[in-house]
Amino acid sequence: MFGLHYWLERKAIGFALCIVLIASIGGIVEIAPLFTIHQTVEDAPDMRLYTPLELAGRNIYVREGCYACHSQMIRTLRDEVERYGPYSLAVESKYDHPMLWGSKRTGPDLARVGGKYSDEWHVAHLSSPRGIVPESVMPPYARLLRNELWTDDLSDHLRAQRAVGVPYTDDMIANARADAIGQASPDSPLAEGVSKRYGDATAVRVFDGVAEQVTEMDALVAYLQILGRLTDAAHKSLVKAGE
Amino acid sequence: MNAQLTKGERQIAIGILLLIVCVGLAFAGAGKDGPLGVHGFLIMASGILGIFAMINGYFNPEPGDERFDSYYDTPSKIGLLLAMAWAAFGLFIGDWVAWQLAYPDLNFEAAWTSFGRLRPVHTTGVIFGFGGNGLIATSFYVMQRTSRARLPDQLSPLFVVFGYNLFCVLAVTGYMMGVTQSKEYAEPEWYADIWLTIVWVTYFVVYLRTLAHRKEPHIYVANWYYMAFILVVAMLHIVNNLAVPVSFGSAKSYSLFSGVQDAMTQWWYGHNAVAFFLTAGFLGMMYYFMPKRAGRPLYSYRMSIISFWGITFLYMWAGSHHLHYTALPQWVQTLGMTFSLMLLVPSWTAAANALLTLNGAWHKVRDDATLRFMMVAAVFYGLTTFEGSFMAIRSVNSLSHYTDWTIGHVHAGALGWVAMITFGSIYAAVPWLWKRDSMHSPRLVEVHFWFALAGTVVYVLAMWNSGIIQGLMWRTYNESGTLAYSFVDSLVAMHPYYIARAFGGLLFLIGALVGCYNVWMTVRMPLEAKSLPVDDIPEPVATGQPGLQPAE
Repeated sequence: MFGLHYWLERKAIGFALCIVLIASIGGIVEIAPLFTIHQTVEDAPDMRLYTPLELAGRNIYVREGCYACHSQMIRTLRDEVERYGPYSLAVESKYDHPMLWGSKRTGPDLARVGGKYSDEWHVAHLSSPRGIVPESVMPPYARLLRNELWTDDLSDHLRAQRAVGVPYTDDMIANARADAIGQASPDSPLAEGVSKRYGDATAVRVFDGVAEQVTEMDALVAYLQILGRLTDAAHKSLVKAGE
Repeated sequence: MNAQLTKGERQIAIGILLLIVCVGLAFAGAGKDGPLGVHGFLIMASGILGIFAMINGYFNPEPGDERFDSYYDTPSKIGLLLAMAWAAFGLFIGDWVAWQLAYPDLNFEAAWTSFGRLRPVHTTGVIFGFGGNGLIATSFYVMQRTSRARLPDQLSPLFVVFGYNLFCVLAVTGYMMGVTQSKEYAEPEWYADIWLTIVWVTYFVVYLRTLAHRKEPHIYVANWYYMAFILVVAMLHIVNNLAVPVSFGSAKSYSLFSGVQDAMTQWWYGHNAVAFFLTAGFLGMMYYFMPKRAGRPLYSYRMSIISFWGITFLYMWAGSHHLHYTALPQWVQTLGMTFSLMLLVPSWTAAANALLTLNGAWHKVRDDATLRFMMVAAVFYGLTTFEGSFMAIRSVNSLSHYTDWTIGHVHAGALGWVAMITFGSIYAAVPWLWKRDSMHSPRLVEVHFWFALAGTVVYVLAMWNSGIIQGLMWRTYNESGTLAYSFVDSLVAMHPYYIARAFGGLLFLIGALVGCYNVWMTVRMPLEAKSLPVDDIPEPVATGQPGLQPAE
């Protein structure tokens, strides 16, 4: 073996090829089957897509680096399920490009934060975290309330999402901007299209408490309120496990 | 710098820079509504700056053939100085955000100063800015000497150094503007990723071309590691960054993979960025500078082979231990844990090989802070790889994951191993590169060593404590069978440890600043007339091609 190496280490190209070959094996064995084994991702027929407003909110979540302190992955451990809710299923992040599972909880997990607090609570907490939770170390994001949401290129966003495999329809892509504004403006004529395209259960309301304009706060709160609620699959699987 | 380029190289350089200016202009126009426009201007400005530098010295005399009588060290010198600058910057940002976690008002409520945006500035600054520049600089230095061959040309190594730093600048300024892919240690967006790919391919070509005309038939161990570092990082970088941009004018892209596949790809990348950027590359550094500085030959050739191929093979399986108990299928988790445990064998073989090399030179370790940096680095390498394998066990991971324990583990590796071996190598290489007898002040090297060691120990102990307390509080039940502590309770318990951690980081930062001053003073020392040591010249090219001679 060492004799063979004595020969190999005199060949630059051969050595490089060996490195690539040896280093490829682990990834191929562990990653490739995740795309082919069907059980990897559960079936969830009720799974819905992010609306354009929620997607914009998700992009703000990414932009601000929220994932650095908040995970979105409840592990299959008793204390986590009791603290945060049913453990996360793979299907719940099926449309997450990229996933935001996170690796650190400086703040609590957010996988099921949707519906846990009111919109008002989120706006107040994001604007001044220590106004709500005195011990918090979270940075304030009051500026989101002042920033108007940039909606001009939302169709491009949905088109790129479709290119990577999220099944947005032509109708959804064409109306992305209108739907984003409509979801945060319940009294406008645009609101109707949101329910039509994304389902009647989709929350259409003023998320940030200011009806006059659609802000980044609207988008982020809309996103936080949908976390864990794209599908019921996790709740169903927990009930099934309990039986 | 111009003086070392031939006329043809100066022309090519201007051509490349013009191309960069054009690309910058295109981005500035297409992305004028967003951060991509700012980056367009930044790219354009760096191109114009380069063109000025080129034109300014365009009519300088060309270097003669006597350049072939010495190694080409300009890229290494630039890289080492930039590494020190990035160390100061990256450590400062790191310590700042550490204080923010203890006293959140220290973010002053600006957008770019929030923890979420600055955290990748810190990680990219230290890993890619400090570590990457250190690796590129030392790899050029080591490759030339262990191959007894000069770099193949004068331009491409400079392109690698400057191109790489442009990537780093795009990355950190991008995060501050909110441009990020959110994939840890792979945050830069698509255009920066494409640029890094171009730079990286050039880097590998430089490596191969130098090896192609080496005068040593055998490729030395250090170069195995540097080659693995370059090749595997390229592989990881390309696969993990596959993404579809929203448009040519948008900095934003959506990753090709989603959910569980994306998570696995990300941690296959993330863990092997640790393996091949932060381990393989720096082992290459250690395998050259430690024996050199100690004046002892490497302890064991066979141990080098076992550890090298063990690391190259086993590490690539270990990434899934970042996803224990998640929605990742259990068979992948189990594979990840198993291979993480096996990984201890090659890791400790490498650490033992390094420490046994010091046999017969322990008195030097006592007297020479530079060598002591390297020795402590090898010890921390051994400790951290043990801790890593331990934390990869599912039941241990159920406690440690998501907590500060992970942060402590990472910093034991990053401060104790990566930074220590880099500082040791820099203190060894700077006098050799600038032809000085020694550093400006060996006493200040000693001061830096103790600051660095104290800072690391304080940091790691604080994070071990906070991490384990956090993990235990989250899973503690009271007598009635409900969770005993709220999340906020655990946050309050962290406060004293966050202060201690920030203090440890401050010590480490002060040490690095002392190091920057010392390096700068050494570079500026008046040069005494000193002939090159005979073993520091490449084999002449003109003497025909004698049969390759083994080193021994």
